[in-house]
Amino acid sequence: MNRFLWPLIGFAVLVVLLAVGLNLNPRDVPSPLVGKPAPLFSLARLDAPEQNFSPQDMLGKVWLLNVWSTWCVSCRQEHPVLVDMVKNNRVTLVGLNYKEVRGDGGLDADKLDAAAERKLALERSNAWLKQHGNPYRLSVLDLDGRVGIDYGVYGVPETYLIDKAGIIRMKHTGPISRDDFSGKILPLLAELSK
Amino acid sequence: MKVLIMAILLALSAAQLHAKEAAPLAQDEATEKRLVAISSELRCLVCQNESLSGSHAELANDLRREIRTLIQQGKSDAEIMDFMVSRYGDFVRYRPPLKGTTLLLWFGPGLLLVGGLGALVLYLRRRSKAINDSPLSTEEQQQAERLLNVKEPR
Repeated sequence: MNRFLWPLIGFAVLVVLLAVGLNLNPRDVPSPLVGKPAPLFSLARLDAPEQNFSPQDMLGKVWLLNVWSTWCVSCRQEHPVLVDMVKNNRVTLVGLNYKEVRGDGGLDADKLDAAAERKLALERSNAWLKQHGNPYRLSVLDLDGRVGIDYGVYGVPETYLIDKAGIIRMKHTGPISRDDFSGKILPLLAELSK
Repeated sequence: MKVLIMAILLALSAAQLHAKEAAPLAQDEATEKRLVAISSELRCLVCQNESLSGSHAELANDLRREIRTLIQQGKSDAEIMDFMVSRYGDFVRYRPPLKGTTLLLWFGPGLLLVGGLGALVLYLRRRSKAINDSPLSTEEQQQAERLLNVKEPR
């Protein structure tokens, strides 16, 4: 009996380790930015391209920064959740439109000059918001993805929760599901808004 | 004749234009060498088992461009590493730094090896002891001799 006991225990431990390890999400990379001030930027707004938006404009408010793009498939999956989220709750959502033209594999951005790229990006993203509904207070254009890099974006969509002092309190990678919103984001929003 | 020369020159310059697309590597060899050295130490976050230098992912292109800019600005390797780690975390480094949260990562395999060897030594000792510690009693000895001395019937 004793002869089989230890191998059996070893096997059981191995199974538990593998079960836990293989169920972890390798995409869930902890962001070093949580607890740090949101990186500053100043980018043109989609609705009013002659105006710029900066995270400093939001000081004193709790808000969500959502990275999206019209070519991003998961963003389509997430979009109805965002629309409902803003409709049913007091949530301030700002969009960061990430590499609208350059990120689209179907377009050859090298052939466009800066002005043409900007014009195309504005047209595409505004048309998309008109068609699918616009949950964003406003969106800004990150044409070359540099602001995305500052925020450590590696897969769109990503969402950051930023508090009144401008500190990032949470990062969500991948599309937000309704469960993510009610279970994770909403409680933190409520707590920080007090 | 002139026309012919012009045509040849044009054709040559066109060929050069065409070759230019793949040329930026040779443009600044020192920069590119450093870029490759730094980016082989970094993980591509999109395809996590590829290094940043070997990945064709869009983000890897952007990050290489960013590193190239930093090199041209005269930043040191350590500063560039900091740039990456402050945005993407220790996970981007193939050789994570030694600190509280990575102790198990660094020393876990060594501990497992030492533990395994210890268990093996213990087991072998116990086994050889078990063999030595059971000599035959005189009765058993006689029985064994009797059995060995039995003549096989023909």
